[in-house]
Amino acid sequence: MKIRFEPRQSESKTVVFLSPLVAVLFTGLFSMLIFAILGVDPITAVYTFFIGPVTSIAGWAELFVKATPLVLIGIGLSFGFRSNIWNIGAEGQLTIGALTGGGLALLFYNVDSVFLLPAMIIAGIFGGAIWAAIPAFLRVRFNTNEILTSLMLVYVAQLILSYLIQGPMRAPDGYNFPESRLFHDAALLPTLISETRLHAGWIAALFFAVIAWILWSRHIIGFQVKVAGDAPLAARFSGVREKNVTWLVLLISGGAAGLAGMIEVSGPIGQIVPIISPGYGFTAIIVAFLGRLNPIGIIFSGMLMALTYLGGDAAQIEMKLPNAVTGVFQGMLLFFLLATDFFVKYRIRFGALRETQDNGSSKKGVVG
Amino acid sequence: MQVTRTRLKLENITKHYPGIIANDSVNMSVLPGEIHALLGENGAGKSTLVKFIYGVHGADSGRMFWEDKEIQISNPSEARKTGIGMVFQHFSLFDALTVEENIAIGISQELATGGLSDKIIQVSNQYGLPLDPSRYVYTLSVGERQRIEVVRCLLQNPRLLIMDEPTSVLTPQEVEELFKTLRRLSDEGISILYISHKLQEIKDLCHKATIMRNGKVVSECNPDDETTRSMAEMMMGKGFISPERRENKSFGSTKLSLRNINRVSHHQHGVDLANIDLDIKTGEVVGIAGIAGNGQTELLEVLSGEVPVGDEGIILLGDREVTNLNTNDRRKIGMAFVPEERLGHGAVPNMSLWENTVLSAAYSMDLVIRGFISKVSSIAFCKHVIKKFNVHTPGPNTFASALSGGNLQKFIFGREILQNPQVLIVLQPTWGVDAGSAARIRQSLIDLTENEAAVLVISQDLEELLEISDRIAVIHGGKLSPAYPVNEITIEEIGLLMGGVKKSEFSIRGTNEN
Repeated sequence: MKIRFEPRQSESKTVVFLSPLVAVLFTGLFSMLIFAILGVDPITAVYTFFIGPVTSIAGWAELFVKATPLVLIGIGLSFGFRSNIWNIGAEGQLTIGALTGGGLALLFYNVDSVFLLPAMIIAGIFGGAIWAAIPAFLRVRFNTNEILTSLMLVYVAQLILSYLIQGPMRAPDGYNFPESRLFHDAALLPTLISETRLHAGWIAALFFAVIAWILWSRHIIGFQVKVAGDAPLAARFSGVREKNVTWLVLLISGGAAGLAGMIEVSGPIGQIVPIISPGYGFTAIIVAFLGRLNPIGIIFSGMLMALTYLGGDAAQIEMKLPNAVTGVFQGMLLFFLLATDFFVKYRIRFGALRETQDNGSSKKGVVG
Repeated sequence: MQVTRTRLKLENITKHYPGIIANDSVNMSVLPGEIHALLGENGAGKSTLVKFIYGVHGADSGRMFWEDKEIQISNPSEARKTGIGMVFQHFSLFDALTVEENIAIGISQELATGGLSDKIIQVSNQYGLPLDPSRYVYTLSVGERQRIEVVRCLLQNPRLLIMDEPTSVLTPQEVEELFKTLRRLSDEGISILYISHKLQEIKDLCHKATIMRNGKVVSECNPDDETTRSMAEMMMGKGFISPERRENKSFGSTKLSLRNINRVSHHQHGVDLANIDLDIKTGEVVGIAGIAGNGQTELLEVLSGEVPVGDEGIILLGDREVTNLNTNDRRKIGMAFVPEERLGHGAVPNMSLWENTVLSAAYSMDLVIRGFISKVSSIAFCKHVIKKFNVHTPGPNTFASALSGGNLQKFIFGREILQNPQVLIVLQPTWGVDAGSAARIRQSLIDLTENEAAVLVISQDLEELLEISDRIAVIHGGKLSPAYPVNEITIEEIGLLMGGVKKSEFSIRGTNEN
């Protein structure tokens, strides 16, 4: 019996939705195998890793807290990735957003106004967008590679944070610790469920997903970004200016990362600290692809990625497994996803060829 | 040609592709010294067959004999060792290397070392293929580049030379030169398998023709005994319709004017446009002939607004200046464009057909309202295009990349023509399109002029231009000749213009130009 792969004539909707699920299933099965090899009871291990962290409301709350920045940044980045603009400096844009948004909270430390939080949100978005505008300008003006410039600006942003937190932003009565003052209540995001850390930022992430979904599925902007990524010449043919797309997607992804940074400091952290993010800006790249660059998919992939963080911590604490297990999981997940992805464009056929006599002129292109 | 043994013989070659049989029990034999045409529409299975002969891929069943001995060829280098050479339609040359370096890359180690440039000069003199081994490829014309490929094959002393549509990029004069070379090779006993769908060439050159349709050999004939029409009918399996043109038509006022268009190309090795002037009247089809890479792409980009017009240049639509309008604004006032490249320029490969209608008809057909795409209107318009232009496809959700070249071209033409343009500008309308679809596309261009539209056709296919144009101009090195009424200029004169000779330099027949 022969196994053959045939290109599909159009994308299979079922497979598009099914393939991430199959990938998760395979990851589960193979991780059990790995646990068994490590000499750990696979059932307990998988339970500790994937189920244990979300057996309580507090666990779910923590999951959403971790998923918030991943989803926000992941959706922002998806605009760039669809148009072949590779902003991998979201971590830096997040840092600057945290500084501009959080800076506002420190600047108006004594002001108790309902306008403070909205102003911080706007400042955070602006901060991230301005940081992303630098690679945008360099690319449009000098054709500089945005992968390099956006990445290098991550380190610049972290040095700026470092400088500010040890100088101007350091808490006056903080015993010289490199930390800012704790934000006032007016500068903190409201908590959604009492006794947990879940804050309004999660709502913002969901809201952003809905807007992005509308842009992608119905709006000409989403269409133009897709065309620019798939076929730059066709984009020009349809009147899209490549430079405008570059600006647009970098400002969107930078703004989203900036907002995520502001949310981190005004939500779970509550002050500006030397390390604001455990690499959300980079992990969000995986989240974006795992979620198929689709806003709804990114919500789920963001939650899944957040779960691997929680599960990694739990496995470390409860089972004394090394933290590298988290990385192994994330790697396996990506691997299986890429493998199942193949079936979105191809179908598998078993056995001998059907003797089709249709002249299927639409297929002739394959034969040439 | 009294030799009885065959150089190449194929028996019952069958090759399947998903959902289609590309070659169905193909039998064919080529005699020594024979120039054998392989004729068929796109998708008839010619390419699949020669790729099998050249060892690019295997067949599902069937046998191949080389000089009466059964052989199996599993890759191109084995084919070359056996004595089979092939010149592909798309050249594999490095622009930044010299002729000699390019040839050295594609041949065996032994040949490449020691006096290669002498051997190149010797072969090129022997067969009338003038070539300077030390020139860089980017300085050469397309015709000269093809000579490199031919010489590269000949250096390996092939006994069968396969040529895939070799004349599609050449001027009539260059074609004549190539034919001389091929006849000389044939006289020396080298067999040539000549793939083409240009019927006149096959009549002029070939001793025998094998005609394929839908993967099968439908006929073998002697081209001398056939007319081009009878061969076209065998190839298509049905009556051949040639476009009908109204005679003595009268033209209206000037619809499209180009004034002093200068534009520095932004393409690598592109051609700068220089002082281009042209007027097209209502109801008129103007053709622009020229060898590829002489400014055609640049001209289309300027006309479509994809790149801005250079200093002092002016484009007028009727009385209205459109010089500074962008692509979509030009579409809104009645201009439409068909670029040369279908996948990737005229259509997005990984998008459905209905999404591809949005690409150019978004605003002229009101498919986008206040920034939101109307899927209902887009699908309706897409279905209209599919029906009206007879596009073979399962429906509006099919990817553009799943359509064959000819079908996609019909779709793109339909999309543009059904927007009711006042001016349609097309580049290579029937490149790689089968004869039947090509005839329909040409007819639709002529029909368009009856609705008060003006059409500008930029093409390398001279027969096509002569068939549909009212006036013909020639572009060479970014300069455009005056447009001559089609009955006042001969193919030879167009050929000379294409080669860069000015009309004042050859005998003048009718200098009056409109």
